[in-house]
Amino acid sequence: MSARTSAGGARLSAAKPTLHARFVAARGAFRVEPRFDVVAGRPLALVGPNGAGKTTVLHALAGHLAIESGGIQLGGRELAGLPPEARRLGVVFQDFLLFPHLSVADNVAYGIRMRGARRAAARAAVLAWLERFDLIELAARYPHELSGGQAQRVALARALACEPEALLLDEPMAALDVEVRDEVRAELAAHLRDFAGPTVIVTHSAADVAALATDVVVLEHGTVTQRGSWASLRKDPATPYVARLVRG
Amino acid sequence: MPPSTGIRRGRGPAVVVWVIAVVALALLVLPLVAILLSAPWPQLPALLIAPETLQALGLSVLTGAISTALCLVLGIPLAVVLARSVSWPVVPRRLLRAAVTIPLVLPPVVGGLALLLLLGRTGVLGRYLALLGVTIPFTTGAVVIAQTFVAMPFLVFAVEGALRGADRRVELAAASLGASPWQVFRTVTLPLVAPGIAAGAVLCFARALGEFGATITFAGSYPGVTRTLPIASYLASQTDLNQSIALALVLLVVSVAVLLGLRDRWLPGVRG
Repeated sequence: MSARTSAGGARLSAAKPTLHARFVAARGAFRVEPRFDVVAGRPLALVGPNGAGKTTVLHALAGHLAIESGGIQLGGRELAGLPPEARRLGVVFQDFLLFPHLSVADNVAYGIRMRGARRAAARAAVLAWLERFDLIELAARYPHELSGGQAQRVALARALACEPEALLLDEPMAALDVEVRDEVRAELAAHLRDFAGPTVIVTHSAADVAALATDVVVLEHGTVTQRGSWASLRKDPATPYVARLVRG
Repeated sequence: MPPSTGIRRGRGPAVVVWVIAVVALALLVLPLVAILLSAPWPQLPALLIAPETLQALGLSVLTGAISTALCLVLGIPLAVVLARSVSWPVVPRRLLRAAVTIPLVLPPVVGGLALLLLLGRTGVLGRYLALLGVTIPFTTGAVVIAQTFVAMPFLVFAVEGALRGADRRVELAAASLGASPWQVFRTVTLPLVAPGIAAGAVLCFARALGEFGATITFAGSYPGVTRTLPIASYLASQTDLNQSIALALVLLVVSVAVLLGLRDRWLPGVRG
């Protein structure tokens, strides 16, 4: 853990923020106690079986669920007491949760407008994001007119257009048809490489981990049971769940 | 009739059910047919542009529109609270729902009397308003208050239904994009439930337009001030039946327009 952090620190400039998550959160009687760090440039996959608490962790990071103790630091800022809108996190939800009443362009523009950007400046910024995500031709469409892969691109562009300091993705492939997953996953991996901040990908898919993440944290029954690179997990799985996961 | 579900069910009971259903339908529809059959069609144009008719129509449209606007301003936040109250303890949750339902089950005359006892010159609040020189009963303002009282549940329940049907997680997405709670409400929640708000407003307007009991108790029947269409129609029925029918036809046309303008699922009887 410390070796990896110092290696990352040597490679990356000190300005790149790190996300430190050490907290206890509860949903009813179920408790999660995640402890992990996410270094910018090294996307972290948070994996675990169904019901392990991955989504609870994500909601706590995003501010939709208050934590009971501990803290969440991002680039020296404590996020735990902040409301979701003040955390400066980009969140891509499992089924994308695009605004059904807004066009693709207005979905992407949403965060920029909420932060009070002037109309002309907002339009220019939105155009740049639409171009970067190959969405120009879809700009006037509405979410129900998009394929799963297109909707994912809009969701990612919408999140990144706010220039978040960290990115959270919840099961990014789960809502997509199986036959397009490989292609969309490769595209997503390319976009994630372009993002400068810490990235957390919640998934239960080995393919997602291998393609999208550098580091892995395994969550089982609310606690971390293993952490390391995908290669190290493959070599030495600590639990039966990890052993099954790495075998695919 | 849906296909018979039980093997032993023959046609006998179904016929009885059919007959009773037809009687019920006749009870609902035949009175309206009677109005159409009795209408003084040749004199109708003259009756409709009679000064008393136009005065009552104008007052009804004006007060109905103001009441609907009031119901929107007051009722949408109440609908939000009601929709969110599912996470409350049972007792306050049921009390809140009962309070919103009261005007639906209360006889309007009782509602009007209650308003009079609250806001009348010697009423619980009215005596203090009187000290400030504010008199509400038997004014156009009283008509608006009476209509708002009886129409509010229609708006609240329509919007609440829409809120419950909407995917609230979209609001989480908006918050994560930097929207404050008020921005989320304005830019996401309201547009998502816009169809429910529109349906609620139409029902609300229809109910306000038809208001009689609470209005005549709390606001009286002063021509041009508080004599709305239903009251004018009732008073005319005592003296000039043709005039009464003409006024009733106006109300009937509005009701039919409301019915046609609404999709089935927004009608209160259809929602579960």
